[in-house]
Amino acid sequence: MTANTEVAPLWHDVCGIDDVVTNSGVCALIEGQQVALFSVMRGGEQFLYAISNWDPIGKANVLYRGLIGSIADDIVVASPLYKEHYVLATGKCIERDDVSVVAYDVKVEGERILVAV
Amino acid sequence: MTSLASKTRILVVGNGMVGHHFVEQLHQSSDNVDITVLCGESRLAYDRVHLSSYFSGASADDLALTTADVYRDWGVNVVTNAIVTDLLRDEKKALTEDGQVFPYDKLVLATGSYPFVPPIPGNNQEHCLVYRTIDDLIAIENSARESKVGVVVGGGLLGLEAANALKEAGLETHVVEFAPQLMAVQLDETGGDVLRSKIESLGVTVHTQKATQVIEAGEQARYRMVFADGTFLETDMVLFSAGIRPSDQLARKSMLALGERGGIVVDDNCLTSDPDIFAVGECALWQNRIFGLVAPGYTMARAAVSALTGGDTVFTGADMSTKLKLMGVEVGSIGDAHERTTGAQSYTYFNQPEGVYKKLVVDESQQKVLGAVLVGDTSDYDTLLQYALNGIDLPENPETLILPSSGAAPALGADALPDTATICSCHNVAKNDIVSAIDEGCCSLGEVKSCTKASTGCGGCTALLKNVVDSELEKRGVEVSKAICEHFNHTRQELFHIVKVNGITSFDELLDKHGTGLGCEICKPAAGSILASVYNDYVLKQEHLPLQDTNDIYLGNMQKDGTYSVVPRVAGGEITPEKLILLGEVAKKYSLYTKITGGQRIDLFGARVDQLPDIWEALVKGGFETGHAYAKALRTVKSCVGSTWCRYGVQDSVKTAIDLENRYKGLRAPHKIKFGVSGCTRECAEAQSKDIGVIATENGWNLYVCGNGGMKPRHADLFATDLDTETLVKYIDRVLMFYVRTADRLQRTSVWMDNLEGGLAYLQDVVMNDSLNINADLEAQMETVVGAYQCEWKTTLESEASRKRFRQFVNTDGTDTNIQFVSERGQVRPATELEKSKGADNLIAVDVI
Ligand code: SRM
Ligand SMILES: Cc1cc2nc3c(=O)[nH]c(=O)nc-3n(C[C@H](O)[C@H](O)[C@H](O)COP(=O)(O)OP(=O)(O)OC[C@H]3O[C@@H](n4cnc5c(N)ncnc54)[C@H](O)[C@@H]3O)c2cc1C
Ligand code: SF4
Ligand code: FES
Repeated sequence: MTANTEVAPLWHDVCGIDDVVTNSGVCALIEGQQVALFSVMRGGEQFLYAISNWDPIGKANVLYRGLIGSIADDIVVASPLYKEHYVLATGKCIERDDVSVVAYDVKVEGERILVAV
Repeated sequence: MTSLASKTRILVVGNGMVGHHFVEQLHQSSDNVDITVLCGESRLAYDRVHLSSYFSGASADDLALTTADVYRDWGVNVVTNAIVTDLLRDEKKALTEDGQVFPYDKLVLATGSYPFVPPIPGNNQEHCLVYRTIDDLIAIENSARESKVGVVVGGGLLGLEAANALKEAGLETHVVEFAPQLMAVQLDETGGDVLRSKIESLGVTVHTQKATQVIEAGEQARYRMVFADGTFLETDMVLFSAGIRPSDQLARKSMLALGERGGIVVDDNCLTSDPDIFAVGECALWQNRIFGLVAPGYTMARAAVSALTGGDTVFTGADMSTKLKLMGVEVGSIGDAHERTTGAQSYTYFNQPEGVYKKLVVDESQQKVLGAVLVGDTSDYDTLLQYALNGIDLPENPETLILPSSGAAPALGADALPDTATICSCHNVAKNDIVSAIDEGCCSLGEVKSCTKASTGCGGCTALLKNVVDSELEKRGVEVSKAICEHFNHTRQELFHIVKVNGITSFDELLDKHGTGLGCEICKPAAGSILASVYNDYVLKQEHLPLQDTNDIYLGNMQKDGTYSVVPRVAGGEITPEKLILLGEVAKKYSLYTKITGGQRIDLFGARVDQLPDIWEALVKGGFETGHAYAKALRTVKSCVGSTWCRYGVQDSVKTAIDLENRYKGLRAPHKIKFGVSGCTRECAEAQSKDIGVIATENGWNLYVCGNGGMKPRHADLFATDLDTETLVKYIDRVLMFYVRTADRLQRTSVWMDNLEGGLAYLQDVVMNDSLNINADLEAQMETVVGAYQCEWKTTLESEASRKRFRQFVNTDGTDTNIQFVSERGQVRPATELEKSKGADNLIAVDVI
């Protein structure tokens, strides 16, 4: 038997609640990873999501600059380059089964936003 | 059936795409089976068709078609790394390499095929690889990391896909083909040539008619491939893609009937020469043919399931037509592409400059489509395939089917298709399946998709499926939605009226009262544009930012590498030497690429998002304003030098151009708007190709409207003649505002005019005779918009909060290190992926000087 070598993600303090703009995205650099962080208002409640900022199709670090919206029940961001949609909760690309980006866990502690990378 | 076990024991050898499909179908059709799967690879079934996407970022998990959990839920027993080496047909047992024994009642061979490696001395060296499994991909990736040059042996469909993978991995890529052309199976000679030149222009070198004789040690690179004609090619790795061979070793060993050139012989039920053994997928030989595509394999799987469960589905062969995109080049091949049928005749369309080649093969009597070859443009593929598969009678002039759309090509409506027409070949969905799904209650494209699975495979049938669904719904009196998107059940024009009439001032309010969900990249910017046209201050308010397209939020056009362009307004194209110098200084300071645009102004490219505020600060200080190059708004007013300098000019076209540009700058519209003003009929400003064109006459100005350059050029219509300047402006105000109010989203004035009932005469009536009694309103609204103008960049720079938006990171000051440039012709350009990965010598770090 080998020990489980997968490293559990670590929570990183990223920014204050006030640093994110509702229904829009910002980007954080966490341990060299660019993470796109989104704040979405739905039914009067605020939700936070984090996915990789790298657009695997456009090949540029731009996802945080995409437009947020919904497709059926999924909350998505549209890549600003070629407009593919990524589900914020899972990182799955709606248009291409073979493409997805990493999704990270997010939580709020007090006034701070934390992301697990 | 055996008497001891109540359930039939089904043993499936091979868990490729077809083996998996068999398991899935059988599990759905019968409870009375006990399924065991022996999977030769270390992973369960995955999507081989999209294997190449691994190189553009898809992981092995993304490719997976199933998981151990799913199989467990289905009660399917699966063993990985289980290679079957022997069949004891008398005892009905299969033995694996590591000595395990699996009894069965019925056996299904789904062993697929393996890549053929030509018997060339030296073909078994470390960096000589094949392309079939995920493990192969990993080996290729590892080898590519230690290589600069890669060669693919074989210029067929898979070979070219493999070449693309090598290119994406950053290698100098060559394709070596034995035949005189590429994709000889699917394309004719000209098609192969066109494909070749397209692929070569993408940087892959193609060598045809080359037979490799030996792979020996190289001098410049790792290996040297020596060809029969005495030439040679040096490379660091070799990827064989010279065809596939059916994996029939097991069947051969146990004396099942095989074809002369291999392949396990099966009948229409996919039964082999042993009544308890089936074979499906690429290992099976039906009527002396192997089917190397996934759709026929799926049909075989369904036939085998049907035979086991008492159904009546049989395998009756399959259409091998293909449509695909190779390195961005569209290629399609249908039926008898090589005109082999006696008496076959053909039509060809060959546009060499654009690299488009189309050939239509018809029967002797020119009644039916036999086949087709399409390279560079496959937009006719679906229609041609339907003609071929369903034996639909050709129209009178068959060539119209492949000629570039002259508007005359008879579109094949959904109604023209027979009920049995296959719409989705991946999931074998025919038109009548869709009709019955709708009869049974599906009333949207989405519902039809999830209920029939149509269009959930390769996606090639999406447009056709939508046509059929729309037409069927319309027949049943269901109004097919012209809605802007899934969030609003309205057209843009309706939304405009809603906003205007109800005095709605925010997207949230609009969504709340008239929409659903959260919105999307279609309705949000459309609403933003409507709100801005009604109340011009809109664009800049922080709370409205989430509505704008990225380009509007960052007030610049995003370029392919994520940087932005900077386009200050140069009204009428007139610019002082001081301003020219300032542009030069700013460009130099931030190392921006500088180009004169087609709109008579200067574009500075390559600005990182975090640099934009500083760049614009310098420009605004020097008297520049934003040029709205990013917005659906007025772009430029092109001028000619006019009467001031030109010996023929009859009016001051420059002054009028500048005045018009300053009047309408910032006006948000359904699409961008361009003007031109020429000083005489020689028309040097090309005004007749603009949305609004103005041409000087001895007596004033002639006004032209609704011209377009771009994708579908349209000459502007002469709207009114010999106008004085004041009337000119009044008419333009009214025309533009009427357009803003009534056009669809992303509809240029040209298309708007073409769709306007009553056309030019109607518009003239509205604008010149006030037939709708709205002119006062149109003018007042234009005055509001003009009066509310502000330079968006200036306003943005004044607020600290707005400036903050341009930081790359919320939590640190760094910049995006993926943005890298190389120098070309004395300026920067974005580095390619290859240059980045190789750390090319000419990579330059751009620092502000
Ligand atoms: C920079 C420029 C090319 C150049 O280097 O000369 C350019 C660049 C772009 N054009 Fe253009 N067009 C430019 C002049 C033109 C012209 C010529 C003209 O304006 O006289 C045309 C044809 C005239 C016309 O529009 O009717 C033109 C027809 C298009 C079209 C096709 C529009 C159509 O109705 O068919 C598009 C696509 C679109 O808008 O959907 C387009 C779209 C674009 C976009 C926005 C594509 C994109 O999304 O990245 C490019 C971005 C520019 C940028 O980043 O700043 N560009 N484009 C020109 C900028 C002019 C300016 O100073 O603002
Ligand atoms: C790069 C690439 C691109 C392609 N693109 C397309 C496309 O665009 N469109 C299209 O229609 N088709 C395409 N194909 C072809 C398509 O992938 C095949 O038609 C399909 O995968 C065949 O399925 P299969 O189950 O018959 O065989 P396979 O998918 O090859 O699966 C057979 C499995 O059986 C296993 N096996 C073999 N022998 C044994 C044994 N003795 N014991 C246990 N297990 C065994 C193998 O390891 C393998 O996992 C492509 C193929 C490749 C490689
Ligand atoms: S249109 Fe040509 S000829 Fe006429 S004023 Fe302009 S430049 Fe001169
Ligand atoms: S034909 Fe492939 S999804 Fe329909």
